[in-house]
This record gives sequence, C-alpha cells and structure tokens, in this order.
Amino acid sequence: MDGIIKILYDMSASMILPTTAAFVIAAIGLNVHFGFTGLLNMGQAGFMLIGAYGFAISIGAGLPFWAAFFIAIFAGIAFALILGIPTLQLRGDYLAIVTIAAAEIIRMVGRASILNDITGGSNGLTGESFRNPFAEMSIFGDGQTQILWFEFDNTGVNGWWSRAVTWFMVFLFAAIVWLLMRSPWGRVIKSIREDEDAVRSLGKNVFSFKMQSLVVGGVLGAIGGVMFILPTSLQPDAMGRNMTFLIWTAMLLGGAATIFGPILGSIVFFALRLMVQGTMRLIVPDAWMNIQQTEQFSWIMVGVALMLLVIFRPQGMIGNKKELNFNV
Amino acid sequence: MSSSVASSASTKTVAEYRADLKNVPHKPGARKPEPILKVKNVRRDFGGLTAVDVDHVEVQRGVITALIGPNGAGKTTFFNLITGFDKPSSSKRTFGGPSAADAASWSFNGRALGNTSAAAVAKSGMVRTFQLTKALSRLTVLQNMLLGAQHQSGENFFVALIKPLWRKQEEANTQKALALLDRFKLLDKKDDLAGSLSGGQKKLLEMARALMSDPVMIMLDEPMAGVNPALTQSLLGHIQSLRDDGMTVLFVEHDMHMVRHISDWVIVMAEGRVVAEGPADTVMSDQAVVDAYLGAHHDTDLGDDKFITDTAAVRIERAVAEEDARTAKKTKK
Repeated sequence: MDGIIKILYDMSASMILPTTAAFVIAAIGLNVHFGFTGLLNMGQAGFMLIGAYGFAISIGAGLPFWAAFFIAIFAGIAFALILGIPTLQLRGDYLAIVTIAAAEIIRMVGRASILNDITGGSNGLTGESFRNPFAEMSIFGDGQTQILWFEFDNTGVNGWWSRAVTWFMVFLFAAIVWLLMRSPWGRVIKSIREDEDAVRSLGKNVFSFKMQSLVVGGVLGAIGGVMFILPTSLQPDAMGRNMTFLIWTAMLLGGAATIFGPILGSIVFFALRLMVQGTMRLIVPDAWMNIQQTEQFSWIMVGVALMLLVIFRPQGMIGNKKELNFNV
Repeated sequence: MSSSVASSASTKTVAEYRADLKNVPHKPGARKPEPILKVKNVRRDFGGLTAVDVDHVEVQRGVITALIGPNGAGKTTFFNLITGFDKPSSSKRTFGGPSAADAASWSFNGRALGNTSAAAVAKSGMVRTFQLTKALSRLTVLQNMLLGAQHQSGENFFVALIKPLWRKQEEANTQKALALLDRFKLLDKKDDLAGSLSGGQKKLLEMARALMSDPVMIMLDEPMAGVNPALTQSLLGHIQSLRDDGMTVLFVEHDMHMVRHISDWVIVMAEGRVVAEGPADTVMSDQAVVDAYLGAHHDTDLGDDKFITDTAAVRIERAVAEEDARTAKKTKK
C-alpha cells in the first residue's frame, strides 16, 4: 500500500516540477515548428542548450538576471537565423538533418575541454554559479509552504518560486501561440505546412514566414533551456539527442498542432514513465530486474510508446481525428 | 515604352481590346497592340531535353487567351517559368550565360519579371492555379479563401497578436470570400476541411482562391479537367465575366469545345515552341495544328451515333456474326 501511495505521490509531484514546465516550454516551441509550420526540427535540445549556455555564462560574467535572460533569447534567435538561412530553402527533410547536426555541434563545443573556463567542459556549470539572481527575485520569502500534499521551500533550489514562475511562463507562451495561430499570420503558417507552392502562388514570402516560425520556436526552446537548468545545473549531455526525442514524444503524445497538446503531453509523459518505473519496482522481484534496470525498462517503454503512438494515434491525445482523414 | 502601355491601358473597354486583335497577323510570336505579358527568349532544358523554347510571345490585355498543344508540349513548364516557379536555362547569369540580347526576359504589366520570386510575381498581379490542385487540406474552405487576400496587416507577426488591429480587414475579406464561394457553388462547404472536397470542387476552390487576390491576370492550368458538364457551363460563364470585369485570362485546356467557345485568341505550342497563333477558328483549321495536335477527326464527336454510318454498321454486324459462329464451333468441340 505504501508503495502505491509513493508512486502516486511521485507521479503527482512530477507533474508540477519546474523541469517539467521547462520541458513543456520547449515542446510548445517544437509544436510551432512541426505542428503548425511543418518544419522537421530534430534539434530542439540544441536551442535549449544554447539558451542555457547564454544565460549561465552571462550570469557567471556578472550580468543581472534580465540581461542574461535576454542574451539567452538572442542566442536562440541567432541560432535560428544561422540554421534557417541556408536550409529553409531546401526540402523539409534536409532541415531535420541540419538541425540534428547543429544541436550536436553546440553540445560538442560546450563539452570541449579548451572551453573549460567558460562552459565547464563536460562537467557543465553548477547550479550555484547562475542560480542566485533568480532566487533573489523571489517574492515568496523564506520558509516552507504546504499546498495539498506537497510541501516545498518557498524560494529554495527547487521550491514554489521556480514552480510558479515556470508554469506561469508555460501558460503565457501557450496564450501567445494561441493568439498567433488564430490570426492571419497563423493561417499562412498552417498553409505552409499544407503546401508551400500554393502559398507562394498567392503572393506570400514563404521563406520569411518559415524563418519567423523557426525563430519563435527557437526562442521558446532557449527559454525552456534556461528554465530547465535553473533548479538543477547545466549539463551539456542532459540536453542531447535523447532530450530532443523526449520532447518529440511528449508533443506527439499530447497532439501536434494543438495549443494544449504539448502541455498535456509532457505532464502525462513524465507521470506515465514514473508509473511504469514505480510499478515495475514494486511487482518485479529484484532478482529479475534491479532498480537501475527498471529505470532503463521504463525508457524502453517510452520508445515503444512513441512508435505505437505515431502508428495508431498520430493525432495524439487531443488532436483532431478529422484532420488526419486525408494524406497530406 | 512598356510603362506607357500600362498606363494608357485602363482607358480602353473590353470590346476595344478584343477588336484590337482583328489587326494582329495570324503567325507565331505576333505583336499585340496592348500586350500585358511579353515573353522573350525563354528556354528551359531538362538535361538534353528542351521542354520550352519560346522566342517571342505576347498576350493581349483584357481578353481570354487559350494555350493549347499536345501533352508534353511544355505548356505547364511555360506557366511555371513565367510565374517564377521555375528558372529558364537561358536566364542572365553573373558569369557566362547568354548575351543580354539573347537572355530570357519577360515583362508583365510594364514590369520586368526576369528574376523574380513566385511570391513577387503573384503580388504584381499575375496569379496562377495548378494542374494538380493544391488545396490546403487541413484548413477549412473559408480559411483557404482568406489566405488569398492580399495586403493583410494581420500577417505581420506583431500585428497578429492584437486582434483589434486586423479584425475589420478580416471581416471585409470574409465577406468577399463568402461572395466568391457563393458564385462558385461552394458556400455550404465553407466550414468543411478543404481535403474533404472532391477533385472538381478543389479546382473551383483554387480558382476562387486565386480571385481573392484581385489579380490583373489569372492563369488557369486546365481549369476544366475533372469538372462535371453542368459546372463547366457555369465556369465558362465565370471566366467570361472575369474578362468583362477587365481581367486578362490565360488558360491551358484540352477541351476544344471550351477553347472554341470562350477564347478570343489561341496560342498553340508543340515541342516547346509556339507553332501557331490566331483566333480559335483560324487556328483549328491550320494544317500544322491539325497534324500536330487535333487530328483529322477533331470536329467529330466519337460518341455520336451519327458517326456510325450505314456501311460501318453493316461491317460491325458481320464481324459480330463471325465471332458468334467461331465461339459456337469452339463450344461444340
């Protein structure tokens, strides 16, 4: 019984984690790319990483929080422009190849020992080196607060303050994406997903719109990266290829091209993984599968789930079935 | 020179533009009194194959011009070239390439379009449709229409965020779109996803969407393919009314009845070249066109009973009887 309560507690706690929120922000960005514009961005983790580096290094250099935050955003914009200018004129699959390579380049450069003094090499940067300016902005004060069955520090490393800020951002960005997608701008973006040539024949500059979309989603990725490292630390390997694929899974699980899909998808994704892992730990004897192996098993299940998802329910949890009735 | 043509153009009526054509010689590349589109030296090679090689062709403003020719004559490639979806092999290059006099050049409405993107061509007022329809499947019919409207302030990223800034324009565009949908018999489909329309309806939608941009010239690539006869009739009416509203129409079509019925001028292409030009009647009796494209029986309806003459009927009867006898023998064995 205790075991089940522990699983339920872990699942519910994972739903409100600031890292989950950071993940959601990156997934919203990817949804702008893939769900709405049809850009196959396979390097969203690269956008996160460049935002995270931009932020952490700026704080380390003594800049205030907001300056560092805007540097992270500009890093995302610059990365999107550098990626987009040569590739957006090419067919979609080439963008996928270039983005995955570019994300790896960012990670490898960050890990390079020659940059140890700046990026911390493969060890990355510790949370203490960039966390304080954010914690000092807290309006929640000291002490601990209990809401429902959760009890956390008001401000601390992983407390209510970072939860409140990150989830506020999630809903802010979801609202912005909603505002954009109901507008004529969003209509052009969605049309590009359907058929670029048709949009061109109606006098719209497709390249410019695709670039705008790449920048918007990339900036969301960069902000997601900043939020992702705030409660933990900056580890280049934590934002590698597998991170990109987790974001894809979460977005597809919720439903691409929907506003709440990435949010719901990410929450359910983390909760389900913990449920699989916890249940395995509970019912499978240690002799068959030890704790480490149950975790690996739960990740294997993630891969299987992604495959089943795109085969049997490509519209995700809240996607519109009607939209998938025709092959695009 | 060409800009003065463009400015003086608005003064003439449709009837005058059509009357202008009476004095144009019936030969390939003939100069027109009021050309809206002038094309020079446009060539496109695909490897060793020259798909299009047009020395000179002009399209008269304010009339309906048909572009006909056998399959593979380069009609669609020609469309792609002048609308910016493809680049001529003979275009000007920074290094090498053809000399200025031989390089591809074409102007529309007095504007040189030699090196312009497809979007810019459409913006300048020359809007096209596609032979294989490009409906935006996962958008509704109405959204498809609204996409066609030009100069939308809501297409700016920052303006888009604030609805009051673009609501009025959107409402005006919606009214216009609904009126066009009504005209093309698609009004009750307005909230359906475009992907759920039939092939013919997609053709109609694409034409209506092109009209949303208030084009000066509309280029239709096989507008009637896959559209039922009753609708073809009303579409013909629409196309004629476009001309009467002052629009220039250039279309590719294989249906000779339609070409004969509505076109003021016909350009015939074969093997990438313009081989004949003139009014429909003159062109269709041209021996070169008959040989290359129409065939000797193009005036005969092959499905018509009158075509089966008495002798033919007797011959068929005899053949049937022979066949019957043969099968009867086989079954006996």
